[in-house]
Amino acid sequence: MGDKKLDDQIAEYALRLGDDALVFGQRLCEWCADAPTLEEDIAISNVGLDYLGRARMALQYAGKTLGRTEDELAFLRDSGEFRNLLLVELPRGDFAFSMVRQYLLDEFELLFFTQLCGSKDDTLGAIAAKTVKEVRYHQRRSANWMQRLGLGTQESQARTQAAIDQLWGYMPELFEMDELETSLLQAGIAVDRLELHSKWLNTVTAQLASANLQIPQIDWQVVGGRKGVHTEHLGHMLGEMQFLQRAYPGLQW
Amino acid sequence: MAEANDLEQVFENKIDAEEKIEPKDWMPEGYRKNLIRQMSQHAHSEVIGMQPEGNWLTRAPTLERKSVLLAKIQDEAGHGLYLYSATETLGITREEIVQALHDGRAKYASIFNYPSLTWADIGAIGWLVDGAAIVNQVALQRTSYGPYARAMVRICKEESFHQRQGYESIAVLARGSAQQKAMAQDALNRWWWPSLMMFGPHDADSAHSAQSMLWKIKRKSNDELRQSFVDQTVSQAEIIDLEIPDPDLKWNEQRQHFDFGEIDWDEFKQVINGNGLCNRERLAQHKKAHANGAWVRDAVAAYVKGKTGESGE
Repeated sequence: MGDKKLDDQIAEYALRLGDDALVFGQRLCEWCADAPTLEEDIAISNVGLDYLGRARMALQYAGKTLGRTEDELAFLRDSGEFRNLLLVELPRGDFAFSMVRQYLLDEFELLFFTQLCGSKDDTLGAIAAKTVKEVRYHQRRSANWMQRLGLGTQESQARTQAAIDQLWGYMPELFEMDELETSLLQAGIAVDRLELHSKWLNTVTAQLASANLQIPQIDWQVVGGRKGVHTEHLGHMLGEMQFLQRAYPGLQW
Repeated sequence: MAEANDLEQVFENKIDAEEKIEPKDWMPEGYRKNLIRQMSQHAHSEVIGMQPEGNWLTRAPTLERKSVLLAKIQDEAGHGLYLYSATETLGITREEIVQALHDGRAKYASIFNYPSLTWADIGAIGWLVDGAAIVNQVALQRTSYGPYARAMVRICKEESFHQRQGYESIAVLARGSAQQKAMAQDALNRWWWPSLMMFGPHDADSAHSAQSMLWKIKRKSNDELRQSFVDQTVSQAEIIDLEIPDPDLKWNEQRQHFDFGEIDWDEFKQVINGNGLCNRERLAQHKKAHANGAWVRDAVAAYVKGKTGESGE
């Protein structure tokens, strides 16, 4: 048998990754039949399907140790038990807001999952290997959108810059290491988020600058998701997402 | 004059010989208009049909069901896109096609003016609405306009997959708890008759049918198609122990078909004419998404213009 404490830590880590993907996937679902073009509706669904697939893999893996199914984890936990980053639970906003969030996240995920491919945990490594392939496409698309929106019209530039300004304070959470992740990093399992920061910042700054967009100088940042302290938005999302499992408990669907 | 007659003769000969009419071929103006009407209505139906299903996307009961539903709606969007492109081969732009929808000049399948009220409706829509659509579309694989026929071949493959998924989904509910079974039966009760209405009025009352049959745009009549759908669906309902809400439904040994009750044509007309529960919402949502996306489309146009302007210098 494996190391009980290590297994628990890995499960918690997988839960974090699963919750990030699930909550973000759910937000992407909100664009259905509401995108600026039919082509974009299809593209957002594509990305959403990748996130839902990733969520299922990660939650199934976490659930093995936790003794719960992916659906029990998704539909029967309250917001305080969710471990996702605050960034992904924010309401979808306008197309600029959604696309800036996508872009900032894509650049991060490209670095993160590339690193995680080398994890000593085979399952996490396999999830990362599949995810990296998907994120490459996501990043290519969202980086293109930064160009189109930043260099499009005055309105698109202004909306996109406003989205960057609103989202920037949620970025530090992506690079936060706590006791759990530090311990897993030492075991060769987790990714060193701190180490990704400067490369991410350089890439993002250059890409946005080339699209007439600036990194804001702000003095605020918000964290809490990993500890289960969320924005007020998550509860509403869960109220909607979990409705059937809560109203008709214990059934097969 | 002689030339026009020759062109018309070539066209007629092709139709008679079961050859496809292609975009660059000469075609009568009426044929072109009829196709634009039917194909754009078909495309709009795929796109508006995303709404009642999307209504349950954020509330799907399991992650697997959510993924399957999202993939299905994405397929519908793809069908819409494909059909818009096929319609554009007739010399009309997508902007014009969408504008006609917004003006109320173009229609979409009236069934999407009904609300999706419970999760069972998602199963019922896949089973019945996609089931009815397939019956229609299988026949249209032989339609005389090449791009439309080829679109149907491709779309039918995905639709039959959706139909099976929908049936499987409602079957799980029919076998589930008493509440789930009631939910499934209620969905069947609400979607059955509208599904039969999808085939349109009786042949004798159908405005475009006769000419469309002559041009081989339509290959089977509304009533023939409706009968096929009823015949194939009755046993499917029996297998999952749900009751089709029609007291007149019975096997006719002589006809080798099921007899079924008369459709409430008054309801059919009411809903087509705007008195369905969701007529206004469906169109308003499409307009809203389109209007909200205007600045994005403008940005893309400006960006492309800037790019090509630069490279053109």
